[in-house]
Amino acid sequence: MSENWIEIGTLSDIPRLGARVVESKQGDIAVFRTADDEVFALRDKCPHKGGPLSQGIVHGKRVACPLHDWKINLDSGLAVAPDEGCAAYYPVKLEGDAVFLSLTPNEGCPN
Amino acid sequence: MKEKLVLIGNGMAGVRTLEELLKVAPDLYDITVFGAEPYGNYNRIMLSPVLAGEKTIDEIMLNDEQWYIDNHITLHKGKEVINIDRSAQKVIASDGTKASYDRLLMATGSTPFIIPCPGHELEGVIGFRDIHDVDKMLEAAKQHQHAVVIGGGLLGLEAANGLMQQGMKVTVLHLMDTLMERQLDSVAGKMLRKSLEDRGLEILMQASTKEIKGQDHVQSVLLEDGREIPAELVVMAVGIRPNIALAEKVGIHCERGIVVNDTMQTFDPKVYAVGECVQHRGQVYGLVAPLFEMGKVCANHLAKMGIGRYEGSMTSTKLKVTGIDLFSAGDFTGGEDTEELVFQDASRGVYRKLVVQDNKLKGAVMYGDTIDGSWYFDLMRDATDISDFRENILFGQAHLGDSGHGDENRIAMMADSAEICGCNGVCKGDIVKAITDKKLFTLEDVRAHTKASSSCGSCTGLVESLLAHTVGGDYSVAPHLKPLCACTEHTHDEIRATIKEKELKSIRSVMDFMEWKTPDGCSKCRPALNYYVMCAWPDAGSDDGQSRFINERAHANIQKDATYSVIPRMWGGGTTPEELRAIADVAEKFNVKTVHVTGGQRIALYGLKKHELPVIWNDLNQAGMVSGHAYGKALRTVKTCVGKEWCRFGTQDSTQLGIELEKMTWGSWTPHKYKMAASGCPRNCAEATIKDFGVVCVDSGYELHVGGNGGIKVRATDFLCAVSTEEEVLEYAAAFMQVYREQAHYLERTAPWIERVGLAHVKEQIVDDADNRVALAERFHFSQKFAQDDPWQQRAQGAEKHEFEPLKQLNA
Repeated sequence: MSENWIEIGTLSDIPRLGARVVESKQGDIAVFRTADDEVFALRDKCPHKGGPLSQGIVHGKRVACPLHDWKINLDSGLAVAPDEGCAAYYPVKLEGDAVFLSLTPNEGCPN
Repeated sequence: MKEKLVLIGNGMAGVRTLEELLKVAPDLYDITVFGAEPYGNYNRIMLSPVLAGEKTIDEIMLNDEQWYIDNHITLHKGKEVINIDRSAQKVIASDGTKASYDRLLMATGSTPFIIPCPGHELEGVIGFRDIHDVDKMLEAAKQHQHAVVIGGGLLGLEAANGLMQQGMKVTVLHLMDTLMERQLDSVAGKMLRKSLEDRGLEILMQASTKEIKGQDHVQSVLLEDGREIPAELVVMAVGIRPNIALAEKVGIHCERGIVVNDTMQTFDPKVYAVGECVQHRGQVYGLVAPLFEMGKVCANHLAKMGIGRYEGSMTSTKLKVTGIDLFSAGDFTGGEDTEELVFQDASRGVYRKLVVQDNKLKGAVMYGDTIDGSWYFDLMRDATDISDFRENILFGQAHLGDSGHGDENRIAMMADSAEICGCNGVCKGDIVKAITDKKLFTLEDVRAHTKASSSCGSCTGLVESLLAHTVGGDYSVAPHLKPLCACTEHTHDEIRATIKEKELKSIRSVMDFMEWKTPDGCSKCRPALNYYVMCAWPDAGSDDGQSRFINERAHANIQKDATYSVIPRMWGGGTTPEELRAIADVAEKFNVKTVHVTGGQRIALYGLKKHELPVIWNDLNQAGMVSGHAYGKALRTVKTCVGKEWCRFGTQDSTQLGIELEKMTWGSWTPHKYKMAASGCPRNCAEATIKDFGVVCVDSGYELHVGGNGGIKVRATDFLCAVSTEEEVLEYAAAFMQVYREQAHYLERTAPWIERVGLAHVKEQIVDDADNRVALAERFHFSQKFAQDDPWQQRAQGAEKHEFEPLKQLNA
């Protein structure tokens, strides 16, 4: 499948262990940066009660939702057990310092 | 190549150690387990409910064989290890199976003690120790009528109750004159005896067994005094002995048990031992909680982390006989230098005795109503000074203004659909199911699997009761060993002390120095570490915004729909027409849906978008208003009444005092939210006696109150002291706040903190020690130099701009 990569900014625009929001027609997408400078993107809605994941605390490859502290895996969108649910996971890639996002979420997540 | 770990003993202690090890170092060892019993690993403390027919054996299995396969563990079940070649580092089983080891873990448990009286080897005489014994008892109950249980201790009574449930006529023989004399005093022992006799048990006290009579099979038990009791089954439950035969045989130093040090190593450092077979600091244990604590420490050492130490356990006891509530813990017999507090209500069948030494609780016995057992246990473990609530302590925690607990019987009666945890919407059935399905033993386990009690914590007592009710036995683990979170072995207090001592000024340096188990912590430890670093080093510590909760990062309160609310500060609850006008203008300009007066005398604007915040703050700043910090673990409000300026009862200028208190303390970060109030007279219209720090003005001056809150568990303040000048009020306020800032755990409000450390501890530092009070106040003021900047102004001027702007707006 050919993804339409869109340049959304540079790595340094996103705080380490933090996130920034990309606004799109399909809703907000949270773009995360881990301590190791890996970048991930999830729909900015917790599968629990729709909390904005972009506002949560990032640790390891997880983010803690700011509303009720559900933990969501950044590399799959899946909630950490015992919670169940999933936030849509969007492909992202780095080219040099530039961050590219695809607006086609990975399949398998109803959210 | 991986190192080899061999475990001898497939019981609770050994396997729990493996589980802990797999959690922290899953790939370190090739693991081999030898178990003499032909079963997987089961929950031995649940044998009593199996015998009583309340549970099946399948329900008490902890790890089935698939678990060993899933974790790549070689299991030799039904193979007893008969020798260890320590020089060649090999173990040898009875069938010739050999396994070599780099490290060896012995968890050989204990064996029941069998009185060597004549006839003890007859068919029908058994101990009460394993599934095999339970099977035999169940079998006997089908065929025979009479059973004798020798031993009126915990295990014996549980066995007797179980056999009675199975329809047998049971006689308990007890050598002493009190049942369960190791756990109960004579009064509670008598109450227990009556209750058991009412259920149909026959109990003979001071009954010494002379002989067990029978041909091949037991027929009766003969006592020293000549009485003869018919019996087709005799259960010996007179105690257990650490199983040290193998260790002794291979030259590992043993006394009563296998002697181990604080890292659970025997005299051969390659050989570890945990569980009922060990003797640690002279103690041997037969309850489950110490075994789990040992397992955790042992796993830590096996994982080569080397930071855990086992320092012994305090244990408590409950009897697993349904419908009988008894609890005991600590030293309840007392001695010459102890005092006893006793409460007895014979008609209700309630009794409690507390043993107190130097105003600290040393032991407790409770019968009939054990609702406060876990609270007393906590007071003992934390060595809390009880002098301030001593007169009420016998009546329980509910009489200290704590309304959040329920009792175990009430729990038992609750429907499965009854909601236990209101925060996370978890009902009783979910919790019980998780405890039984997932084999949970600790509060932490339940929190991790069900979320119950993981948010506000007000249901913790209920969850603990459910655990006790479902699991039985002692499930709890000493809190002084409780780490901050799963990322570390260290406690809050250890971390705080290390930050000071080693001059650690960033989260990174704390995690590196204290060997964090995760690369960058979690949402629980990072905010705590950030606070601890900033509290210890207000000038030089590096504040990590990404380790602050969004509210503190964005300086507004996140709401359920991801909008924010904004609350400007109103000093001492006062305002002016200009300020009101500015707030109204902002509300109109940004189309604010809800304008609301808060419980702390402020005006809040709700429903604001994040990107609007800096603009709104700019407008409010222009009108002279700063952030109310209504979002932070910080000084929130100082509530006031109008005092003597207007009120006909007012004694002092409480309004102005409130303003001064707020001007002094605003902007300060605290372990949890912090509220103050100043009331102008004892009518206390500002409700100062449910605040973290409250002032009640009286004719002679000012009464100072601390440690109250109107939160989940309403708690009225403790009276700290009375002072006569405003200057003193301010000094005490600063000193108290600083003690709390420096000593409480993150997310612990003043109320639970004071209940944990005791008011006396606080008074010592603030009231009794003037130099210390001054020093505390100075440290507070020093810290305030760096804290009293308006975060709104900074952000209105462009600080942290990225926080409030999207990375990109796409048209797709």
